[in-house]
Amino acid sequence: MKLAQNLFEPAISQISAEHINRPSTTLLQDAWRRFKQNKLAMAGLITLASLILFAFFGPRFIQYNYYTNDLMNQYLQPSWIHPFGTDALGRDTMARLMYGGRVSLAIGFVSVLINLSIGVFYGGISGYFGGRIDNLMMRIIDIIYSIPELLYVILLMVVMGSSGSLLNIMIVLGIVNWMGMARIVRGQILVLREQEYVLAARTLGASSSRLMLKHLIPNALGPIIITSALAIPMAIFMEAFLSFIGVGIQPPFASWGSLAAEGRLNIPSYPYALFFPAAAIAITMLAFNFVGDGLRDAFDPKMRK
Amino acid sequence: MAKYLLQRIASALLVIFLVISLTFVLMHSIPGGPFSREKQVPPAVLKNLEERYHMNDPLSKQYIDYMKNVAQFNLGPTFRYEGRTVNDLIKDGLPKTATIGFLATIFALGGGLLLGSIAALKHNKTPDGVATFIATIGVSVPSFVMATFLQYYLGYKLGLFPPVGWNNGALKNLVLPSIALGAYPIAQITRLMRTSMLDVLSQDYIRTARSKGLPGYVIIGRHAMRNALLPVITYLGPFFAYILTGNFVVEYVFNIPGIGQFFVTSITNRDYSTIMGMTVLFCSLLVVFNLLVDIAYTFIDPRIKLTGQKGA
Repeated sequence: MKLAQNLFEPAISQISAEHINRPSTTLLQDAWRRFKQNKLAMAGLITLASLILFAFFGPRFIQYNYYTNDLMNQYLQPSWIHPFGTDALGRDTMARLMYGGRVSLAIGFVSVLINLSIGVFYGGISGYFGGRIDNLMMRIIDIIYSIPELLYVILLMVVMGSSGSLLNIMIVLGIVNWMGMARIVRGQILVLREQEYVLAARTLGASSSRLMLKHLIPNALGPIIITSALAIPMAIFMEAFLSFIGVGIQPPFASWGSLAAEGRLNIPSYPYALFFPAAAIAITMLAFNFVGDGLRDAFDPKMRK
Repeated sequence: MAKYLLQRIASALLVIFLVISLTFVLMHSIPGGPFSREKQVPPAVLKNLEERYHMNDPLSKQYIDYMKNVAQFNLGPTFRYEGRTVNDLIKDGLPKTATIGFLATIFALGGGLLLGSIAALKHNKTPDGVATFIATIGVSVPSFVMATFLQYYLGYKLGLFPPVGWNNGALKNLVLPSIALGAYPIAQITRLMRTSMLDVLSQDYIRTARSKGLPGYVIIGRHAMRNALLPVITYLGPFFAYILTGNFVVEYVFNIPGIGQFFVTSITNRDYSTIMGMTVLFCSLLVVFNLLVDIAYTFIDPRIKLTGQKGA
């Protein structure tokens, strides 16, 4: 009987069989890949980008500013010279919209940043330690939750001085809206801390803060981002409400909300003054909501229908 | 059940107590008092005023006095409406506010459930698009803008309904305010109802009902609708909060002398006792509503036990 020679060759190490061909993707890359396929969400994102460009770079391309009065040209209808018309003091509405957009968007982003920091910190501690601490911290949230937040916002704005400065508004909106975020983070952490990799990290001697910052919070990132994206338009909305009540941004400064509140007063003779800021708010709201919904689908494919 | 109720009532009282204390502290940390106006009041008059309203008592005594009064449902005198108490303002304003709130609730709940169900039944067809459009407009336009547009176009321009005023509660005066107040919640309820109805319609028991040959209205009314309602009921708590606070805007725009309007004007007037009284009232109402919603929930979904313990 004849045996083939190659049967007796030494075995070669098989490492190459375990080689992973596709580069590993991070959570964010994964989400972005799914997000890109969502047309509505992409439209929202592009709209948002244009709004930001309009608000922050628009003023370089027009010859008017938001504060110069021109009493010869009050209440002009939209024209080539003033595309959105002028207001009661002859100020160019487009310039004021751009400036107001900066304020409104800044309020949205900064206040959500504040609410995110408080919410993640509070929810993180509550979820990580669990037990009695968790119970107490959550009862406190329940209590705060049962008070209508508008009352709070108004009271705080009055306390901080009714001359609503930008910083005051950001802080107030930031500190009243963190409860939802805290609840979500706490729920995530409660689940995550029971996972094996957390046990492994702990066995290797990782400290609480390292576990928190390196393992728990990064894994809760999806819901945090979704909640933030949906909280930004709510903050812009609430600022508009504050302007309406008269404790928001004061003239000559402007936000979309204060422009709409001003425009409301002259609606019979000049509806444009309300229409343009209202449209700006509505478009922003829609864009953020589409992006938020898109993010939810992108981060949590299980939720998809 | 009784134990749960007692617990909830106790915690509701605790919440109201904390809110009153917090508001008290906030109100008294505002620079400038209710009598600091543009025209300076002479010091002697100011002293008398403060004497009359017990504002020169030590803060702790003021706090205890206020708490005692609130416990007897006495919210104190107003600073701006001479000779009237906050209770008077509430007695005058609350029925008006409640009427509009009630109409807006009917409009938002009825309209939202109907629109949402139709949208789900005609999924991806024209009615679905219309319902989604309405829902989108409702959540993306601030309520004061919505109220103003309704007032201007339906009220002044087309003259369909009177644009301002209470007019002794004539129904035609209440149409626009109720729609304006319901615009945001109707959008939310439509969205919620649409998603949950779509979810329910794809369940096995609906297919079973269909294959048994049940008529369409029985399937929708008895099997689909009742199960789809659950997510909407969880929204009722925030919904009532919105109806309460949304009234600030609507009453202001349509010039209706309800309590919402008093709240807004009392802020600009720095009428502390009115602000505090209104805050206490709003929070108490909301706490009660939330309790009722929780109890209603158990009647509608028998799987939920109030005590939260198995077999209890």
